[in-house]
Amino acid sequence: MRARTLILAACVLLLLAVPPLATVFNQPYYIDLLRRVLIFGIAAVSLNLILGYGGLVSFGHAAYLGVGAYSVGILAFYGIHNGWLQWAVAIVASALVALLIGAISVRTRGIYFIMITLAFTQMLYYLGVSVEEFGGDDGMRLKVKSQFSGLVDLGDPVTYYYVVLALLLACMYLVHRLVNSRFGRVIRAAKSNEARTRAIGFSPYPYQLVAFVIAGAMCGLAGALLANHTAYITPAFMDWTRSGEIMFMVILGGMGSIPGPALGAFALLIVEDQLAGWTQHWQVIFGPLLVLSVLFFKRGLAGLLPGGGKDG
Amino acid sequence: MTTILVFEQLLNGLQFGVMLFLMAAGLTLVFGIMNLVNLAHGSLYMVGAYLTVSAVQWTGNYLAGVALGLLGTLAVGMLVEVIALRTLYERDHLDQVLATFGLILFFNELIAIIWGRTALYMSLPAWLQGHIEIIPGSIYPLYRAVVIGVGLVVGALLWFVVTRTRLGMLIRAGASNRTMVAALGINIRLLYTVVFGFGAALAGLAGLMAGPIYAVQPGMGELILIQVFVVIVIGGIGSIRGALVGSLVVGVVDTLGRAFLKPLLGHFISPPAAEAAGPALASMLIYLLMALVLSLRPEGLFPAKSG
Amino acid sequence: MPIPIRMLAAVATAATLAFALPAAAQQKIKIGFITTLSGPAGVIGKHMKDSVELALDHLGHKMGGVPVEVIFGDDQFKPDVGVQVAEEMLKKHQVDIMSGIIWSHVMMAVVPVVTGAGKVMVGTNAGASPLAGKACHEQYFSTSWNNDQTPEAMGKFMQEQGINDVYVMAPNYQAGKDMVAGFKRFYKGRIVEEIFTKPGQQDYQAEITQLRAKGPKAVFVFYPGGMGIQFVKQYVQAGLRERIPLYSVFTVDETTLPALKESALGQYEAKFWSPDMKVPASQKYVADFRKKFGYTPSFYGAQSYDGMLLIDSAVRANKGSLANTKAVIASMRKADFDSIRGPFKYNVNHHPIQDFFLLRAVKGGPDGVEMRIQKKVFDDHKDSYYQDCKMKW
Repeated sequence: MRARTLILAACVLLLLAVPPLATVFNQPYYIDLLRRVLIFGIAAVSLNLILGYGGLVSFGHAAYLGVGAYSVGILAFYGIHNGWLQWAVAIVASALVALLIGAISVRTRGIYFIMITLAFTQMLYYLGVSVEEFGGDDGMRLKVKSQFSGLVDLGDPVTYYYVVLALLLACMYLVHRLVNSRFGRVIRAAKSNEARTRAIGFSPYPYQLVAFVIAGAMCGLAGALLANHTAYITPAFMDWTRSGEIMFMVILGGMGSIPGPALGAFALLIVEDQLAGWTQHWQVIFGPLLVLSVLFFKRGLAGLLPGGGKDG
Repeated sequence: MTTILVFEQLLNGLQFGVMLFLMAAGLTLVFGIMNLVNLAHGSLYMVGAYLTVSAVQWTGNYLAGVALGLLGTLAVGMLVEVIALRTLYERDHLDQVLATFGLILFFNELIAIIWGRTALYMSLPAWLQGHIEIIPGSIYPLYRAVVIGVGLVVGALLWFVVTRTRLGMLIRAGASNRTMVAALGINIRLLYTVVFGFGAALAGLAGLMAGPIYAVQPGMGELILIQVFVVIVIGGIGSIRGALVGSLVVGVVDTLGRAFLKPLLGHFISPPAAEAAGPALASMLIYLLMALVLSLRPEGLFPAKSG
Repeated sequence: MPIPIRMLAAVATAATLAFALPAAAQQKIKIGFITTLSGPAGVIGKHMKDSVELALDHLGHKMGGVPVEVIFGDDQFKPDVGVQVAEEMLKKHQVDIMSGIIWSHVMMAVVPVVTGAGKVMVGTNAGASPLAGKACHEQYFSTSWNNDQTPEAMGKFMQEQGINDVYVMAPNYQAGKDMVAGFKRFYKGRIVEEIFTKPGQQDYQAEITQLRAKGPKAVFVFYPGGMGIQFVKQYVQAGLRERIPLYSVFTVDETTLPALKESALGQYEAKFWSPDMKVPASQKYVADFRKKFGYTPSFYGAQSYDGMLLIDSAVRANKGSLANTKAVIASMRKADFDSIRGPFKYNVNHHPIQDFFLLRAVKGGPDGVEMRIQKKVFDDHKDSYYQDCKMKW
């Protein structure tokens, strides 16, 4: 495990070194690109909690990205720019939405779960499109980024980059602690054998629901970050293909691995960016790449690391 | 709200439902038998429409074009099954969803490369144009009536094939016990390929029938796909009967919602509020219906007996 | 387990490579052009991209004697991707100016990024109202229109014709509501009903049945792209084409005509430009476009062609450089180029003051059916938001 830890530490060091390197080489674009990657990394890490460890295949995770982003946007719309409050509302609102969606959908299994989470996200998407107050499908601009009483300035790309990086690491740590707790063991047990979990006296439902809510809240935070990153909020954040992309990040990186989803977000967004810059028909290559990665790359990027693909 | 208007809207709902059913039948068949979730089903719908447009142009004959389009989609479906999907049967639903999601991207772009991104023109022969009077005072486009008829005939045929023929028997047997059927000397791989091909042809049929009313363009499959998933989830995945009931329910609810929800709301809330809430609610209606059904019956209306 | 040094080294090398090779100082004008190239909306992007390339041909790939390079970016119809592409163009490719963009939401997200970097944005389609009014910016120019102007023209025409009892339909999203609002600003007759449908809806038979039951004298719709193809086809199949005239905006154009053909016959549209426009610059554009690409250009393309000419005018006026943003703005305000719409002036909000026409789909042209100008509806029409724009010049 020592090698694995070292490699991951090296990755973190590299990420820490990105802003100074980008400045030295006069390529500040990479700070923005990687910041977006890290934000989707948080979304993927949150999905991994229920997908990778809990076996709940949510096809609607983009919903919380939207809820988080709109929480920030709506508060800013009414002149409330306090970041602590905005982000807290983003997290709580996403948790509540996740509770509502989870309460109905976690009871269902398999393909029903996949489809019902998709359906709820579609509902939220159409809700966003039809609310004229907040720009409908045109969305709304975030004129003033979240303010943190002068403590940190998100307007500074480098500062904001480090904030996102710190939050990503915090989320990964949180998931790590969660899955290794008693709570996490119930979740994982329910994934591998639900009947046995019931037999030893655990009803998995409340546990899975709580995990679903935590994942939603965490993704809501990613939504708040994305709103600040893009300085724009639209229902397009909740498009169903976006949910698919987040799922792909988890798979590509390695399910049930702590660093996996972040690696997956990195790989997916960078490959997409490169291909799109190369040909307008990039999807004809990207599509089969995704299929191949599902067919032959089951353990994901994390599986390439020494110590294998699973954590905990 | 006159009776004729309600009748016509019910007819519209039925027609939309039939369209959904053709898609749903193939999807649910493949799920029920091979346990495969195929998001790329919408791509086959698109392929059906494109092949038919080209074949009609090439042969200059509508029916010949339709036949070629159907055969072509069947072939494309079988090819996709052999190349990409066959290995997915043993995988979990997650892998299936993701791999077929990748296929969607591939097909949309491939179609754009071959036919361009501009929507294609699909004409109707003169004998399918015009109107009929179903009940006095109500005219209905002939083509849409034909769509309803074709859908109902296909539904009946499907029921006949699955319950009354040797192929249907093999299909049902294969679904419930794969090893046993294989042990009896049946080539199960071939059987699956054939079944998938027929599912694809059904999607292609829906696509080619959609051509003259909808826009034939890359990505046309995804617009209907999500609604089709709503249908089969409501109906119970893997059940043809569920697909039929689900399609008709979704078709009618969606149509009536679009037609009557706003005036209905106007009776309860202020007109401006109804103006805003009506369309928003109408677009969410089928998803609400699905949430309601699943919260009461987590396996849909007609859960397929799992093997 | 020993530390796999090779792997660490590989990661480090990859990282170094990614940061190496910043663009060398160039004697070149670089233009970043964002549009939607992939996915179903890519057809509009193609019209725009081809027109930009034709403009470059016409300019001899030089602006003010300096070689010019256009870098195309695909926003995938997503605002956050648009922002990322814009950042990449500005920071990595270090473009001198930005242009393009089809969608209002992408435009409104990207404009602050471009202006924040001190560059000028030349929008060649999206006509979001805030950018014409409160959120106007001296570094933002449009070679298209404000969303409301086109439906305003249709409203004015229908008002003048004394058409009453109009049935209004549009998708239930922002542009749809803007279009209806613009229409009603000039149409004061009776409106039977306003219907907003689901965005991306395919089947309109239910709405058409309701419409027929209400018996309006005319129908006004806004259904862009695939929605328009579907609505018009179904309207014709319902047998309503001959019975209730259909007036529309952004519904029938050269991107949808190939799919509609004779179903479009008789359709009324309003627009600032049409391929049959009797303006020399426009005739040259249309003829050369057909020759080079083999299809008829649309207004999306014409606006983008104009965008390149506008940039060229600024480069010429500033001795082959776009470095001085203030000077670039000053020269762009003159609109000193051969526009496809003929000579025009910029309003204080950097949106064109231009004429609008009534068009009708008729038999003829290389594609069998074409849009032809019937009459001028507006002379030098200004948008309805410029008073909210605080810019002074």
